[in-house]
Amino acid sequence: MTAELHPADQELTLAAPPDALDRTLDRVYEAGFVTDIESDVIPPGLDEDVVRLISRRKREPEFMLEWRLAAYRAWTQMKEPQWGNVRHPPIDYQAISYFSQPKSSGDAPKSLADVDPKLLETYEKLGIPLHERAALAGVAVDAVFDSVSVATTFRKQLADVGVIFCSMSEALQHHPDLVRKYLGTVVPVSDNFFAALNSAVFSDGSFVYVPKGVKCPMELSSYFRINTANTGQFERTLIIAEEGASVSYLEGCTAPKRDENQLHAAVVELVALDDATIKYSTVQNWYPGDANGVGGIYNFVTKRGHARGRRSRITWTQVETGAAITWKYPSCMLIGEGSVGEFYSVAVSNHHQQADTGTKMIHIGRNTRSTVISKGISAGHGRSTYRGRVKAQATAQGARNYTQCDSLLIGSECEAYTFPSIESSHPSAHFEHEASTSRVSDDQMFYCRQRGLTAEDTLNLVVNGFCKSVFQQLPMEFAVEAQNLLNVSLEGAIG
Amino acid sequence: MSDTKNNELLLQVKGLRASVAGKQVLKGVDLEVRPGEVHAIMGPNGTGKSTLAAVLAGKLGYEVEAEVARLAGVDLLGLEPEARAHLGLFLGFQYPVELPGVNNTYLLRAAVNAKRRALGEPEIDAYDFLQTVRAKADELGFDAALLSRNVNEGFSGGERKRNEILQLAVLEPRLAVLDEVDSGLDIDALRQVAAGINRLRSADRSFVLITHYRRLLDYVAADHVHVMVDGRIAASGDMGLVDQLEERGYEWVADAQPALVE
Repeated sequence: MTAELHPADQELTLAAPPDALDRTLDRVYEAGFVTDIESDVIPPGLDEDVVRLISRRKREPEFMLEWRLAAYRAWTQMKEPQWGNVRHPPIDYQAISYFSQPKSSGDAPKSLADVDPKLLETYEKLGIPLHERAALAGVAVDAVFDSVSVATTFRKQLADVGVIFCSMSEALQHHPDLVRKYLGTVVPVSDNFFAALNSAVFSDGSFVYVPKGVKCPMELSSYFRINTANTGQFERTLIIAEEGASVSYLEGCTAPKRDENQLHAAVVELVALDDATIKYSTVQNWYPGDANGVGGIYNFVTKRGHARGRRSRITWTQVETGAAITWKYPSCMLIGEGSVGEFYSVAVSNHHQQADTGTKMIHIGRNTRSTVISKGISAGHGRSTYRGRVKAQATAQGARNYTQCDSLLIGSECEAYTFPSIESSHPSAHFEHEASTSRVSDDQMFYCRQRGLTAEDTLNLVVNGFCKSVFQQLPMEFAVEAQNLLNVSLEGAIG
Repeated sequence: MSDTKNNELLLQVKGLRASVAGKQVLKGVDLEVRPGEVHAIMGPNGTGKSTLAAVLAGKLGYEVEAEVARLAGVDLLGLEPEARAHLGLFLGFQYPVELPGVNNTYLLRAAVNAKRRALGEPEIDAYDFLQTVRAKADELGFDAALLSRNVNEGFSGGERKRNEILQLAVLEPRLAVLDEVDSGLDIDALRQVAAGINRLRSADRSFVLITHYRRLLDYVAADHVHVMVDGRIAASGDMGLVDQLEERGYEWVADAQPALVE
């Protein structure tokens, strides 16, 4: 579990004593274990037959197969995007297995009593108890292991108020009309290379439907786990909040430590109708690779929300501490009059991690408003990029945006970039953009150490202060977890 | 070993030299402070007063050597800044730094608990701590609103200095070195800060006040007054020395040294 120190870490200039280095050397990625469970994995490679096989395995309705094939055909005509500020060796898409499920999981939805104890144990170890009695009070969980959902808790309590919370596979069996009505309407199959790939091969994910006027009585959460080697995870999540509905959803993700890179290409679609509110939070802790940049998850994700209704509101909050590469831009299409989009982000790149992340706020309706708060933290040889687009279309009278984009640098070998794009086609639009770049200064370090804090505690204190305005947006239950995760992911950053 | 009786020295410094970037700033400082004493160190700009404070607290970036540099009998020079703090050394900063987003009370509790951990004592919980801190702020006559703000973020000069005194009150050090705690204060703030220092004086707490001007010493009576010139203590005396300085200026000490040394 001990990561080796990269020689360059010793060159960091931050004022800290040499023994602080020893104390922080052991960067522990606690989620890095492998569950020893027999899995049904299809051979690597991707063609139309594989797409058909996935659809058949999942006993999908015919329309779904056609949809997937259309996506696959579009994908074969597309090229992997090269504009991201990230570097990686070419990905061999034929070397990846596109479907893996624990053998014991069978195919029908199960009650918790039927779930393989090894799977329950896995989630216990990750701190996600699936037994409802032991579960976090008031949080329903959908647990996705490799390609399939293994359990969804509290479904009865949710069904009582009309909320549907289940895996995407189940939604296709039991609510095909709802899926058909909304799937791909926010992120079309040919939206981009990774979204097309996901549309062709996605295996599972979460489906949430909150009917008119219903405030979802508990936090919903999905926990994504990659276990099997040489597989990719391609989950698809769809959340619909009807008129006046509201829901708060949180996803978490981990994977075992492996020297090979693994691909995660998810798509998330949100639809908010009149007066609906969707709050989508992510605590992303995929395996980041070791201190030398070996291994880790390639996280290429498309997330987009349609604020279709009047006065609807979509809030993205993300804490991105893991993954070797993060490429994601949770965005809002602000269509309904008076709709609101928000994006709050903390992205950390330590060691050799690379994060290219940000958002798009596309103002279409009148008097639409958006807020973007981005906090990028770079340490070690990490590279953080904020990429943002704020646009007012000709119809967006009275559009307003406020963007604040801050970078914090720790050490002298890391990099921070900001690529904002602001475009207005309506004279009444009012956009503000603020940006800053700062360091954890020697003066801050000395001040706190003089008060009795160690160098590591000081770093955590300053970094958490820097991220406070984002953490405040997280559901209470997860704010502390996010803070701890951040501290762990910066271990070894000074010395 | 680390305990001091009243007659023993709390701080003992002899032949303290310090260089930064190849330039020698302290050229052999001798200073002895007993428990309960208040020392003032005066002198013109650039003579090494702030360097003395920083070096005692363990700021990195200096080359430091000394025949003796002990706090409560413990050799300071080998210690990390935080270990010196745990030993009971507090530095009041001339320019207290901002910590954006870091709650003032949170920092204070982290500091108190860091010291407790170092001393093997149990940590204090958030609720109890808040009561304690509020009481301290109240005793000092400071606005409790300071507590819920972020550390020095958007603070006026006076608020920053009051905050340093509040930290001093909460951390309860044995030796407080206050570097120009009077700079940038209007007369009301100066009085309030001085009253805070007087309240925190005790038989087992000592102060070293670094200042340019006598106005702080009009409110806080020092037992010993030192004048620093060119990296050394050039003159020492009682409050009478302050009057002489007022009359004749620092030039007089510089010209007269070392004959004036007690």
